[in-house]
Amino acid sequence: MKITRSTFLRMGLAAIAGLAVAPATALAQGRKKYVFATEGAFPPFNMTRPNGELYGFELDMLAEIAKRADFDYEVISQAWDGMIQGLIDGKYNAVVDSVSVTEKRLEVVDFSLPYTTGGSTFVVLKESGVELSGTGAFVDLDDTKATDAAITAIAGVLDGKTVGVHVSTIQADFLNKYLADKGVTIRTYQTGPEVYQDLLNGRLDAGIASVTNISAFLEKNTETAKATGPSFTGGVMGRGSAFVVQKGDAELAGLLSKALKSMSDDGTLVELSKKWFGMVVTPAL
Amino acid sequence: MDFAFLSSIFTQLLKGLPLTLNLGVLALVGGFCLSLILNLMRTTRVGNALASAYVFVFRGTPLLIQIFMIYYGLAGFGFIRHGFLWPFLREPYWCGLLALILNDAAYTSEILRGGLRAVPRGAVEAGRVSGMTRLTVMRRITLPIAVRQALPAYSNEVISILKSTALVSTITLMEVTGIARAAASETWRAVEIFLCAAAIYLALSLVVTRLSAWAERRLSPWQFGETP
Repeated sequence: MKITRSTFLRMGLAAIAGLAVAPATALAQGRKKYVFATEGAFPPFNMTRPNGELYGFELDMLAEIAKRADFDYEVISQAWDGMIQGLIDGKYNAVVDSVSVTEKRLEVVDFSLPYTTGGSTFVVLKESGVELSGTGAFVDLDDTKATDAAITAIAGVLDGKTVGVHVSTIQADFLNKYLADKGVTIRTYQTGPEVYQDLLNGRLDAGIASVTNISAFLEKNTETAKATGPSFTGGVMGRGSAFVVQKGDAELAGLLSKALKSMSDDGTLVELSKKWFGMVVTPAL
Repeated sequence: MDFAFLSSIFTQLLKGLPLTLNLGVLALVGGFCLSLILNLMRTTRVGNALASAYVFVFRGTPLLIQIFMIYYGLAGFGFIRHGFLWPFLREPYWCGLLALILNDAAYTSEILRGGLRAVPRGAVEAGRVSGMTRLTVMRRITLPIAVRQALPAYSNEVISILKSTALVSTITLMEVTGIARAAASETWRAVEIFLCAAAIYLALSLVVTRLSAWAERRLSPWQFGETP
């Protein structure tokens, strides 16, 4: 076919018509379609295969939820800094990235029911000799007395040391609130894996992250690294992680919560947790 | 516009200015010294080949990748982590500064080379005939003329390096952009924050532009009708 100006125009018109028809057919099927954002770099919650495919605990969970709540969905990867802003701006309908429920975030977005119980702790290299007391114990940050005791013990060891953390996370808030004024140097990173990279390279004396994230890291580095210190929950550490939806989007939050509840009731959620974490990190809803 | 927020962000960002200036100025000083050495190397055959290879590599690859290679790449080698340089390379500051110096040297050496080639042969010969040593010719004739010729292009490079310091925020350094990025992911008000950061860089490059225009005037009075 010889391309003349008129064939070119006709092809353009056809393409535009095609674009206009596509959403209409989706509507005709009567199924809602939601777009979810994730980071694709937070093992084992969400990870990216070399070919760009996303996988992990949250992707499995989301597939099951979509089946139960009967909606179509698409997951896109997005950098963590700016992810919540993108949700507020309406670039996607929800965020599924192990986002912890905190008071501060509740001011601007809404959450579904939580699907993990949370808890954060420190990670160090074995050869560094850094050892924090209270490993394996839980400290509730809403309990002032227990918190003060635990913080004093940790600050004594970490004084003059450098601790790495993922930027603007609950763990970063925790460091700024409790350890910044006690001689601890805080270094913030744009992504989670960079913290572990610099820990392994010997630039950091310790890192802090959620217990689940650290256990995924330790799986590959049992020889060299270990978790140390108590698990902190409550207070700035929030109340577990959940789906984030736009403020006032009760419909989607309700769909997700209802499906999560039914998965919790019939044991599917616990099974997924065992599959990806090797332990139960999910709450009974 | 929320002016209370803007001014609080502005003061917060200004705390990063000393580090931005520190990195920018030291990178320019280090880069200039290294580029002088590179140009001296160009007088011999082997040195010329080495200098061109250096410029080819550092001008042909993105600064961001150079920063990553030095920060994450070098640390991957055990012998470097246990070597005598590790106390320096452990710190993100020295890694960032090193990358900026190496990158700046590649560009500056090319700018300086252009300036040196524009020095009239007659001027150099006249100096030699008057009995000056090579070093004196270099100091009194070649370099002043070369620097004057290279000045407009060099002021571009100065501005470019001052802005490039923003890239070291990727290796955890909290200069103006580092603080801006952290504040943006904290408050989710990217527009206001990055506007403030841009204004700071704009002010910096305004100062550089003015300074270089002034220096140009000073160094070529015959062009501007002033008596030296």
